[in-house]
Amino acid sequence: MAEKVMVKGNEAMAEAAVRAGCRIYFGYPITPQSEFIEYMARRMPQIEGVFLQSESEVAAVNMVYGAACTGNRVMTSTSSPGFSLMQEGVSYIAGAMLPAVFVNVVRGGPGLGDIQPAQSDYFQATKGGAHGDYHLIVLAPGSIQESVDLMEDAFRMADEYRMPVLILADGMLGQMMEPVEFPEFVKLEGINDHSAWALRGATGREANKVTSFDIDPVNLEKMNIFIQEIYKRIKAKEVRYETIGLEDAEYMLVGYGTMGRILGSVVKLARSKGIKVGLFRPITLWPFPYAELKKAAEGVKTILTVEMSMGQMVEDVRLAVEGSVPVQFYGRTGGMVPTPDEVLAELLKHV
Amino acid sequence: MSKNFVKIDEERCKGCGLCINFCPKKVLSFSEKFNSKGYHPARQHDPDNCIGCGFCYMMCPDTAITVFKETAKV
Amino acid sequence: MTEATYKRPESLAKREFSYCPGCHHGIIHRLVAETIDELSIREKTLMVAPVGCSVFAYEFFDVDGTVAPHGRAPAVATGMKRSLPDRVVFTYQGDGDLAAIGTAEIVHAANRGEKITTIFVNNAIYGMTGGQMAPTTLLGMKTTTSPYGRKSETEGFPLHVSELLKETAGIVYLERVAVSSPQEVRKAKAAIKKAFTVQLKGLGFAMVEVLSTCPTNWGLSPVESIKWLNENMKKEYPLGVFVDKVGDLK
Repeated sequence: MAEKVMVKGNEAMAEAAVRAGCRIYFGYPITPQSEFIEYMARRMPQIEGVFLQSESEVAAVNMVYGAACTGNRVMTSTSSPGFSLMQEGVSYIAGAMLPAVFVNVVRGGPGLGDIQPAQSDYFQATKGGAHGDYHLIVLAPGSIQESVDLMEDAFRMADEYRMPVLILADGMLGQMMEPVEFPEFVKLEGINDHSAWALRGATGREANKVTSFDIDPVNLEKMNIFIQEIYKRIKAKEVRYETIGLEDAEYMLVGYGTMGRILGSVVKLARSKGIKVGLFRPITLWPFPYAELKKAAEGVKTILTVEMSMGQMVEDVRLAVEGSVPVQFYGRTGGMVPTPDEVLAELLKHV
Repeated sequence: MSKNFVKIDEERCKGCGLCINFCPKKVLSFSEKFNSKGYHPARQHDPDNCIGCGFCYMMCPDTAITVFKETAKV
Repeated sequence: MTEATYKRPESLAKREFSYCPGCHHGIIHRLVAETIDELSIREKTLMVAPVGCSVFAYEFFDVDGTVAPHGRAPAVATGMKRSLPDRVVFTYQGDGDLAAIGTAEIVHAANRGEKITTIFVNNAIYGMTGGQMAPTTLLGMKTTTSPYGRKSETEGFPLHVSELLKETAGIVYLERVAVSSPQEVRKAKAAIKKAFTVQLKGLGFAMVEVLSTCPTNWGLSPVESIKWLNENMKKEYPLGVFVDKVGDLK
């Protein structure tokens, strides 16, 4: 393993993608993600990869669609307004069952919003931001190291399940610097063979067709049911979360990504004051760890969900515990990030 | 007798009449019968005067026509 | 001896076209397939179909293919070509797809000199959705969304895509053709073959605009439609070569 190096989040994720075997990148500049595309512009030519700055996010996602049709690893990165523009293509990629990786370095919204860290795209990410019955696998790293570690999983899952995978970061993760240890370069031979369906030229076989289109409702329903079966497998296999101090906890904090990390500090702070607090941090936002969260909440008096939004994931937390535990919410939005003291003060209201 | 003629796939034909319109020798016409789509397909009523020019093939939007032409005397 | 001198090209799939009687899509499909046959590139060709009447086009060719979101075919083709540069990638798009919702994608693909080929079928109307006004609809032409005839004051002017694209530096070959007579079909075939050859030689972006009828939505018979195209569309959209840098780049 290489030694730790000090890297900015956006650049760390980009390098992690390269090490995960991604040799094709399409993107469009947008703050606070731009270091990602700039890094790829420098890096891809060094490794005989493909880098192309598209004319829009709409074009970028469709270039991703095209490259994904060939079965090669491909990705794009963007920030909130850009990901909104990509939604049409994301839906087509999901419907056509194509492997592709997206990074959304979320900023404040709605609309043009601002360029500060936010978590207000949770609904868009997890509930389907575009039309149709589909999901993305959504991974929410809480640190730059975790974002690097999850990148290989993201490409592996995209290939294995033939679907779009989203790394839901935020402006904080994208912009800050941390010491990071990079993994070795992945060897792709034998792990992403898509020759059965990919469009690479019909040499010595029937022509392959890749599409999200089927004019016959009977067949389209079948296609949807097939995709839902894949989702079931993912729900059974890929759920991830982290817990801290839940063994004796009377109060449970729930948060993801940057907020989940801040809540780790709140746990320490609260325990130093004698309050038994634990943390549940979902890492996969889809599939959401419903059962795991419910089990973790057994014996807890109150749950406080904290988000850098006006309350989106809290709906899944409530669905998870099914009314067995009161669920409170605290959030800041528009690019404001709650401090540990601020969260502790909120927690004390419920103790 | 000319050895040039055309074969028309009556099921593919949608009876648009472009082949009939562009035939320089007027050897094509609409058939009296219907195909399974409900169209009157084109037919070659006068193969003897077919010159095998391929105009009907070129104008056919449904690739329903194959043109046979006498290419060399045996 | 007698042999089949004109026959269905092998690069077409067996299924029947879903187009209306007399629609020129079928003729243009055949010309593309003949080109693929003659250049022996069927096994390395990838096609991108549009949204519109030719949305099924990827099913009509016996080559690997997909259908892009409305207007995005040039971006999808770009992704394919960049991923597999030694394959032949082409888009097949109508005027609703390419000249309205997809204007950004076609302009930038052309300007990048993307090494893809585009077949642009212009019939001055939206066919699939039922005869609505397109950017290419002629002034005065009645459609279901310009029921009193297109007026420049409110609906703007017919968009001349080839005239616009000829200014992009990355375009190597650009010609507007028609398939309204056997003679024009021959010329159109030569243009399409040249556009694919440009890609095979790696010279840059090539496009052929083909004027087409839409008998159903024009409300004319297939033969009358050709007459209308000759008398009206060719005045607005004159045929000819707009860009040919093939010689310069050899």
